[in-house]
Amino acid sequence: MLDKNGIAKRIAKEVKNGYYVNLGIGIPTLVANFVRDDIEVEFQSENGVLGMGPFPFEGEEDADIINAGKQTITAMPGASFFDSATSFSMIRGKHVHLTILGAMEVAENGDIANWKIPGKMVKGMGGAMDLVASADNIIVAMMHANKRGESKLLKTCSLPLTGVGCVTKVVTNLAVLEIKNNQFHLLERAPGVSVEDIQKATEGTLIIEGEIPEMDI
Amino acid sequence: MNSFLNKTILMINKKVNNVQEALAGVKSNMTLMLGGFGLCGIPENSIAELVNLGIRNVTCISNNAGVDDFGLGLLLQNKQIKKMISSYVGENDEFERQMLSGELEVELTPQGTLAEKCRAAQAGFPAFYTPAGYGTEVAEGKETREFNGKMHVLESAYAADFAFVKAWKGDAAGNLVFKGTARNFNPCMCGAATITVAEVEVLVPVGELDPNNIHTPGIFVQRIFQGEKYEKRIEQRTVRQRD
Repeated sequence: MLDKNGIAKRIAKEVKNGYYVNLGIGIPTLVANFVRDDIEVEFQSENGVLGMGPFPFEGEEDADIINAGKQTITAMPGASFFDSATSFSMIRGKHVHLTILGAMEVAENGDIANWKIPGKMVKGMGGAMDLVASADNIIVAMMHANKRGESKLLKTCSLPLTGVGCVTKVVTNLAVLEIKNNQFHLLERAPGVSVEDIQKATEGTLIIEGEIPEMDI
Repeated sequence: MNSFLNKTILMINKKVNNVQEALAGVKSNMTLMLGGFGLCGIPENSIAELVNLGIRNVTCISNNAGVDDFGLGLLLQNKQIKKMISSYVGENDEFERQMLSGELEVELTPQGTLAEKCRAAQAGFPAFYTPAGYGTEVAEGKETREFNGKMHVLESAYAADFAFVKAWKGDAAGNLVFKGTARNFNPCMCGAATITVAEVEVLVPVGELDPNNIHTPGIFVQRIFQGEKYEKRIEQRTVRQRD
């Protein structure tokens, strides 16, 4: 079974040479730490920076340079800053190649819910609805089940949706799954996790074809 | 041959002397746009003056709602806001209290849609189609339409009385230059309201800014002033260790 860093490490393998990538808050942010050193990649943060760099050294924080999580960051050499409309032109216009974000629920048809739990304080969707509605390549980083042990990979989302039919890949603590033809297709198992474990933790339709390899991370 | 402008001509002067002059005409029940992302790039001086003016029942269009004791949180503490239009409002206890008690109306809007609704107002588009929010509660009651096999939602431009933006540098012609990610929604809101008020950290003499490097041309700004002070509070201070 993978921890959060393990999930991030596996997702990092999906980041290809020449990609512009938008990373959501949480596990997705960790992905940047595991991207191969020999590929060219730029991270976009929707508040208005392309070429996001690491956190600043202590004493070098700049209140005018933050990411979408409102954390102080730095800009890489070659970075650019821009306004919010331009930022979402990059996203909506499909210039950003890959979006990695977290989710509360994903359904077998690619629906995603990650912004609202009825009865609880609603904080808002931020840029998530624009991101999921626009990107062709969306990877969800999440735990396979919630704290009560209930599957988060469902036939139908029970929570209010963030987007419909948009998720293409899910990487969890147990598995890598692809979504196509309204089904979850099992691609890889996490180290030490059996196909049966994954089947048991997946409420949605799970297609298992042939031998399922263990993740190489 | 006729020559063009073979005479002295004055640039249009947008400079006002202080925040009080800048906010002249702001009244209760108005709709206000405020730039900023979190606490980054917010019009601190204009917000302080809105608190001073004590106006009530305002609708605020702003990506976020500040924190309890800073940014739009100051207006919330004072119960001056009737309605917030934002994409994310999670950092404010007073906001939560007022929302749950029904005192505060909240319209949550996807961030890119919020930016574009401002830009559409600036650019003279009454509405636009976006895929964001299709199939979600955001699209309820809105016109939808398929383009190139994909469903879209019709979103209309905002209409606001005042836009308050914050830039790094500006001049009396209203030209603005932003710094870092403090740019965010500010340029989108310039010219998106009846009156745009820009506050800047540094007001430079006309002619000093390189015309090649102006982010927002002065035509989108009606009033400009140099802010008295900037706290520029950091919401999430994250640092890395030196090796």
